[in-house]
Amino acid sequence: MQNGEDGIRKALEKKGAFGPDVDLDYYDEAGMKESIPDLKKADKDTRQIMEHVGVMADEEGRAGTIMFIDNSMSHCSNKMPEGIELLSTKEALKKYDWLKDYYWKAVSPEKDKYTAKTYLDDADGYFIHVKKGVKATYPVQSCMLIGTKKGAQTLHNIIIADEDSSLDIITGCTTGNHVNDALHIGVSEIYVKKNASIVFSMIHNWGTKTKVRPRTGTIVEEGGHFVNNYVLLNPVGTLQSFPVCQLNGKGASCKFNTVCMADEGSNVDTGGSVILNAPETTAEIISRNIVREGNIIARGSLMGNAPGIKAHLECRSIMLGNKGSTQSIPELGSTVSDVEMTHEAAVGKIARDQIEYLMSRGLSEDDAVSMIVRGFLVGSIQGLPDHLKAEIDDAIEKANLGS
Amino acid sequence: MLEIKDLHVEAGGREILKGISLDVKEGETCVLFGPNGSGKSTLLSAIMGYGTCRVTKGKIMFKGKDITEMPVDERARLGIGMMMQRPPNVVGVKLGDLVKATAGGDVKAVDNASDFKMESFLERDINVGFSGGEIKRSELMQLTAQKPDFVLLDEPESGVDLENIDLIGKKVHDLLYAKNNNCPNGKRCVSSLVITHTGQILDYIGADKAYVLRDGLIRCTGRPMDILKDIKERGYGECISCRMVKME
Repeated sequence: MQNGEDGIRKALEKKGAFGPDVDLDYYDEAGMKESIPDLKKADKDTRQIMEHVGVMADEEGRAGTIMFIDNSMSHCSNKMPEGIELLSTKEALKKYDWLKDYYWKAVSPEKDKYTAKTYLDDADGYFIHVKKGVKATYPVQSCMLIGTKKGAQTLHNIIIADEDSSLDIITGCTTGNHVNDALHIGVSEIYVKKNASIVFSMIHNWGTKTKVRPRTGTIVEEGGHFVNNYVLLNPVGTLQSFPVCQLNGKGASCKFNTVCMADEGSNVDTGGSVILNAPETTAEIISRNIVREGNIIARGSLMGNAPGIKAHLECRSIMLGNKGSTQSIPELGSTVSDVEMTHEAAVGKIARDQIEYLMSRGLSEDDAVSMIVRGFLVGSIQGLPDHLKAEIDDAIEKANLGS
Repeated sequence: MLEIKDLHVEAGGREILKGISLDVKEGETCVLFGPNGSGKSTLLSAIMGYGTCRVTKGKIMFKGKDITEMPVDERARLGIGMMMQRPPNVVGVKLGDLVKATAGGDVKAVDNASDFKMESFLERDINVGFSGGEIKRSELMQLTAQKPDFVLLDEPESGVDLENIDLIGKKVHDLLYAKNNNCPNGKRCVSSLVITHTGQILDYIGADKAYVLRDGLIRCTGRPMDILKDIKERGYGECISCRMVKME
């Protein structure tokens, strides 16, 4: 915060670096305050919506759950496994004085109008803290739901994994059944300490008019490992996301996996940026996109600032049908010579000979295309969690891809 | 079973087949000989219905039905199977998943993988990094799951080492004698059209009839072993010119 509050207020006018501009004044403050002490007793619609983005209402196989509807917390597990803490960001700031050293340190409030709004709204969000040496058996899940028409949801999340700890986080962001025209801004600051590991998997499921502007910053220390899986399979108005990960300690590593499907009317601009600041750090950015009459821009940026680093960037898009558009924008940069950095990008339709090969085994054209698309989205990315694979399978099945 | 009448086929903007007529009867094994570029693979592709070739004239009849314009999957479901010489890589799709889908979702279809020495390939992407022999074994495993009544075999022995040729020969034999499909013992239930250059595969399956293709036309026909002997001894040109007389 170079210029203090004034600077941030000024930043409210600052358009995002990418993606169409969103008029923030159009939206009302989304004000629903619904408390759901027992997720299993949430109404059927809400449970369905949650499960659609990978958040289990019965919490089976999950360490705990935190849920926000609009801008306030609706649920937070009160019994967490030893060494994992789950709170709202505001509670955590009250409880821990040291948290101010992490507050707005991985993302600048002056980055653009969306971060500025989140700062000035004094947005709440979730705080997840894994303590030193704790290896969580089950993932923590969080659900961010917009429940108000024309509502603006602004959230500020902070995740801290202390030394030698590990945790998987599943986040589902979505709109309620009767909500379409709405705005979601989610600022997430993620800190991966020495030799810690975080796998952060996010599914988005929005309405056709929903505008979405996540802002994520991650800082990884020596030997730390960060994986960011992002999945968007249903229509959205406009979504622009460009998480930035800084590898600041020797041997730190990071992997971004992005899987997107853009239907008619969807305007999607995703990707990720990794800045490799320390020696022997490694990074991989993989994106797989299906364009179905929508528009997708797949970005990726790798910047090498230390010797002995390895980084690879891969954007592949398949266009189904003749409408829609896609652009791959890979970027590589280095300030030192001893680096190994590569990228590949490919745009095209599914090869006809592959479809016919599968059809010659008796599969219908639809089934052949689905099988190839599934292979492209799931089979060609190493290490996607099973629940994400299941969601992708489900979406492919519903999509009637052959037509 | 299969009857082709005056078939003209274009591929890559050129006429490759210039009026082919042939027939394969039920249970029959027919061999296609011919020099490289004579149109053998194009003929098999046209029978399977691949989009790389376009029929401009003539007819393909299968089981009494005109299949000239039929989509690939319908031909497959009608009983035609194909063993490609160089099938495409399908990145991200596991061989085991395709075999199961080929068998109509039967998860047991992969239980015989070890018979094909393919048990460690079920979780691999189809054809990606497969050797010549591995591709053939994979194709045969898929065809066995498919249970076709008529198979198109494009050089089943090409690129296969001596150790694998025996396994592949036996598996092609089992496929034609429908070992997995209640065919009476010793009866060849499945018909086939086989492309071979060396004739090695014929040691395993036997053959009833051979056609020699050159420049998109069938130049002669006869007993497979006689024709193979002629080609080996005197080359395609001689073989064709001396047998043309007999045909007339």
